[in-house]
Amino acid sequence: MDTGKKTARKVTEAVSPASAARRKFINSVAAAAGGGCLLALGAGLYSRSASALPAQALRPPGALPEPDFLAACVRCGLCVRDCPYDILKLSDLGDTVATGTPYFTARKIACEMCEDIPCVKACPTGALDRQLTDINQARMGLAALVDHESCLNFLGLRCDVCYRVCPVIDKAITLETQHNPRSDRHAMLLPTVHSDHCTGCGKCEKSCVLPEAAIKVFPRALAQGALPAHYRKGWEEKARHGGSLIGEQVELPVRGFEGPTAGRSATETVLAPSAPAPAVQAPAVPAAPKTPPGINSHWKP
Amino acid sequence: MATIPLPIKPAAAACAPARSLWQRQRWLILRRTSQLLILLAFLSGPWFGLWIAKGNLSSSLTLGVLPLTDPLLLLQTLATGHVPYAAAFTGAAIVLVFYLLFGGRIFCSWVCPVNVVTDAAAWSRRRLGIKTGRVPDADTRYWLLGGTLVASALTGTLAWEWVNPVSLFHRALIFGMGGAVFVIGGIFLYDLLVASRGWCGHLCPVGAFYGLLGKTALVRVAAPNRKACDDCMDCFTVCPEPQVIRPALKKVGQESPLILASDCTTCGRCIDVCDKQVFKMTHRFDQRSE
Repeated sequence: MDTGKKTARKVTEAVSPASAARRKFINSVAAAAGGGCLLALGAGLYSRSASALPAQALRPPGALPEPDFLAACVRCGLCVRDCPYDILKLSDLGDTVATGTPYFTARKIACEMCEDIPCVKACPTGALDRQLTDINQARMGLAALVDHESCLNFLGLRCDVCYRVCPVIDKAITLETQHNPRSDRHAMLLPTVHSDHCTGCGKCEKSCVLPEAAIKVFPRALAQGALPAHYRKGWEEKARHGGSLIGEQVELPVRGFEGPTAGRSATETVLAPSAPAPAVQAPAVPAAPKTPPGINSHWKP
Repeated sequence: MATIPLPIKPAAAACAPARSLWQRQRWLILRRTSQLLILLAFLSGPWFGLWIAKGNLSSSLTLGVLPLTDPLLLLQTLATGHVPYAAAFTGAAIVLVFYLLFGGRIFCSWVCPVNVVTDAAAWSRRRLGIKTGRVPDADTRYWLLGGTLVASALTGTLAWEWVNPVSLFHRALIFGMGGAVFVIGGIFLYDLLVASRGWCGHLCPVGAFYGLLGKTALVRVAAPNRKACDDCMDCFTVCPEPQVIRPALKKVGQESPLILASDCTTCGRCIDVCDKQVFKMTHRFDQRSE
């Protein structure tokens, strides 16, 4: 290539060997540049298409937000080596997780939440942020009780396993008491996840007794909603300022709740057939539990 | 090649004093030992619980004190806009200084695991007499090297690391993965059927980067006994970068017997195969020529 360059410079335009050399030089540069750019572009496109973290893959504690993580992680596997419980894996080529990056799958094995966080200490690049010093502040993901139909506690049983195994018990997962409308005389204790305490360690999903877990841990970007920034909760603002910010409001009579739910809280839905039929309902089929008229969303916990 | 006496030069083979197997394979054996020992340093931990080196060629920690980081990877990280911890800079600086001193592409022939695959492909190509294919321009690797940095900057991720066969293969060997087989198999077939020395000599941006570090290398192969050369072409045949030999051996554009081109991987294979013992491993300031 160098010789071609020199020849091209020395000899004038008219001489054909020089223009041939120049043409060869330009050709070779174009081919090299084209090939190089094409390969780099291909790699770039591939990385873009695969850069979304799949739902079942969780990053180690202290991981930067996914786009920053993919910039910072050099795929060295030092976090994998220093994990005392062999929880982390490096993704293989063709996996849906970015090639060579560390992740774990909660249902297979959950993070043990070591107090000294050795994986974070091992990271040489800051893809795992050393500002994380309290493992309870880790946000590897967020648990979500995704299936209310199969969760045993939602069926009125006392499984409670996800609640019991939670390392941040009574903060990240609480049991919320609800009336059980099916039996009408029992309570349901519903496992409820709180995002401000859940570390996403995956213990709940790992331990769910069902063949397919009813509670699952997802990357936060998938599991968590967000209110618009301008939203204010009236009751919170009221409490903060010691009174309504817009003055006392006129109490209007509530209309349209003439059914049996009128005057009750929404969670207190009663559908017992033995209940006396409300006055407005025509007692045509008194034996069958019938939908009361009026506004009733039929929401049951 | 020297192990099989070629029919075209029976006289030369007969005249030359018989060289032992060690003399004919010394640098190859040493290189393979080096590649194997480096791999074992990473594998002794997971295999025997004896931790020597943790991590992989991208970034590692040896004996709990010595951080090493691939400087090219650090450059790509910086191109994405992320500034890593000091350990990564220290590690990259150590690696950088080592290869600036001893020769950039020593990495390719003495460390890189892909070298074993491409050497095997080149050997098979010679043995099978395959002449077909089209070799890309040797400068493609520099464009690709630039491309890796541009791709990192544009995508904001280490784009090249998704497919980089060098780190992919080393990681696969150490952490046990199957997907790399396809990439490495692809490179073997490419080198075997399409382009002689196509990957390492023409495309690999990692090799291109280490080549750039090799301008000041102290360890060099020289041809002090070049008068004895009988033009048998054995060295050209085995050399992964044959263009580097001519200036030193034939005094083209230089008087010095040193192979100074930074493309030279200092693999020493030319020393092994030369029956006339023209070549030797030496240092940069050794200008002796017989």
